[in-house]
Amino acid sequence: MDKRKLLLLIKKGAEASLYLAEWHGRKVIMKKRLPKEYRPSRLDEQIRTYRTIHEPQLMHEAKKAGVATPTIFLVDLKDATIVMEFIEGTQVKQMLGKLSKGERQLLCLKIGELIGRLHEYGIVHGDLTTSNMILNLEEKIFFVDFGLGEKTKELEARGVDLHLMKRALQSTHFRFTEECFEAVIEGYSKVVGSEAVKAVLDKVSEIEKRGRYVAARRIE
Amino acid sequence: MYVEGLEMKRKKASESYCLGIESTADDFSVGISTFNGKILANTISVYMPEEGGIHPREAARHHAEVANKVLEEAFTKSGIKPENLSAIAFSQGPGLGPCLRTGATVARALASYLKVPLVGVNHCIAHIEIGKLKTGAEDPATLYVSGGNTIVAAFDSGRYRVFGETLDIALGNCLDVFAREAGLRQRVGMPFGAIVEKLAMKGEKLIPLPYTVKGMDTSFSGLLTAAVNLLKKGEYRLEDLCYSLQETTFSMVTEVTERALAHTEKKEVLLTGGVAANKRLQSMIKAIAEEHDADFCAVPSEFAIDNGAMIAWTGALAHMHGIVTPIEKSFVRLRWRLEEVEVPWIRESCCS
Repeated sequence: MDKRKLLLLIKKGAEASLYLAEWHGRKVIMKKRLPKEYRPSRLDEQIRTYRTIHEPQLMHEAKKAGVATPTIFLVDLKDATIVMEFIEGTQVKQMLGKLSKGERQLLCLKIGELIGRLHEYGIVHGDLTTSNMILNLEEKIFFVDFGLGEKTKELEARGVDLHLMKRALQSTHFRFTEECFEAVIEGYSKVVGSEAVKAVLDKVSEIEKRGRYVAARRIE
Repeated sequence: MYVEGLEMKRKKASESYCLGIESTADDFSVGISTFNGKILANTISVYMPEEGGIHPREAARHHAEVANKVLEEAFTKSGIKPENLSAIAFSQGPGLGPCLRTGATVARALASYLKVPLVGVNHCIAHIEIGKLKTGAEDPATLYVSGGNTIVAAFDSGRYRVFGETLDIALGNCLDVFAREAGLRQRVGMPFGAIVEKLAMKGEKLIPLPYTVKGMDTSFSGLLTAAVNLLKKGEYRLEDLCYSLQETTFSMVTEVTERALAHTEKKEVLLTGGVAANKRLQSMIKAIAEEHDADFCAVPSEFAIDNGAMIAWTGALAHMHGIVTPIEKSFVRLRWRLEEVEVPWIRESCCS
């Protein structure tokens, strides 16, 4: 039977709580999508079930694309819970500001490469922020939190993905948004090639202009 | 608290007054605030089109027609004389050009005539500041939802940062357009949002609509199209459609607000803007605030919709920190983004 022991709530996110737990003698992360009382139960169930099925599939696919993700051990649909490998390391969000400029650019370049690999393989992450990237003790980058991801090769979806990455840099790492995003794009283009990069960057700017009150749309 | 007045003498904040003019969209409103945040007047006239949405030129004509009357009411209500004012603030953007220009013209005329400084205020920031003033929130994660904006923002290092926003139309716009397509009529004191809210209360059946959340961003245009198509099919009760529209869109903004709250780890959640008056949305945001041990703060409805008081108060805050907008630089800024504005009145020490 299941030998799961709840150990410790380590992060209460927006849609799931992460527990550090022990499972068959292993240190694991249990990602539990708890019911949200605020939304109608039918909608709540739909969202939780869909994401619980989808996330492990995408994490598995991401590995095939050459992007490290925690290994999935168990998916429990009834409880909307995923048991996965615990990655010991640091969130990129917490360390980006502490690096030297050179180190920061190198890290962003690597992140860009990984995003490129996902997109080439037909996966969009759906929530690219620096909190969803973990640098493990061997300095390997793991992508987590594929709950909003999708299997698609659409340019639009890729554009939104990169737009979200840029937005995350603007809101959380506003001191080095530009240098970081440039490095991300450089890494990205190494994988997808310069033509594809141009297409997706054009899409990003189109998406931004579609939004409300965008300076670039100004006619002056 | 003391401020430097133009009169070259120090005046008490409680005896210094800022008049604010709001005219970004369909409302023309005048507020008067002391420099320590006492709102003395908040008068308003709402432009109601016979049919369709806001026609910018028609709305601007309305504003020009009522400006005098709304100003007079504000002076009468507050008991303040024009010569007692220390600053004139106006909503400089973002918003509809003709509407903004009408308010700006009134503000420039007043400031030149009274020889007091002019202060251009960012409309979105004013919604956050009035929310903070009226609820006592100090450093909240804010969900600002209205007819023109859907933004999740929080303060960090000298500015409000945008964590998420709509990728297309605003939440309030989505509700308004749906209501118009359903042939509903709004009237003074009963805007479309309130009508949809009332109908939704009688809804029971959740009709599936596209739920689109991308990171901390949302999208409502596809959902609106789907809802309007279902409406035209005529297979569902309007009450159920309103209920489903509200439940789906509100769940989306609540999810992204919770994501921003978890990300920023702020201890307060502020709900502001016109849609903040909706009780159902309030209850949803309150639920996630409680789950994250954060205080829930909803701006009172009088200050949820566009209002002059928020411009007056934000103008006072800005002016106390040395901000003046010279008349030659007071052109309106139709697409003035929230994160472009320095907010020197927030001390770093209070908000890390």
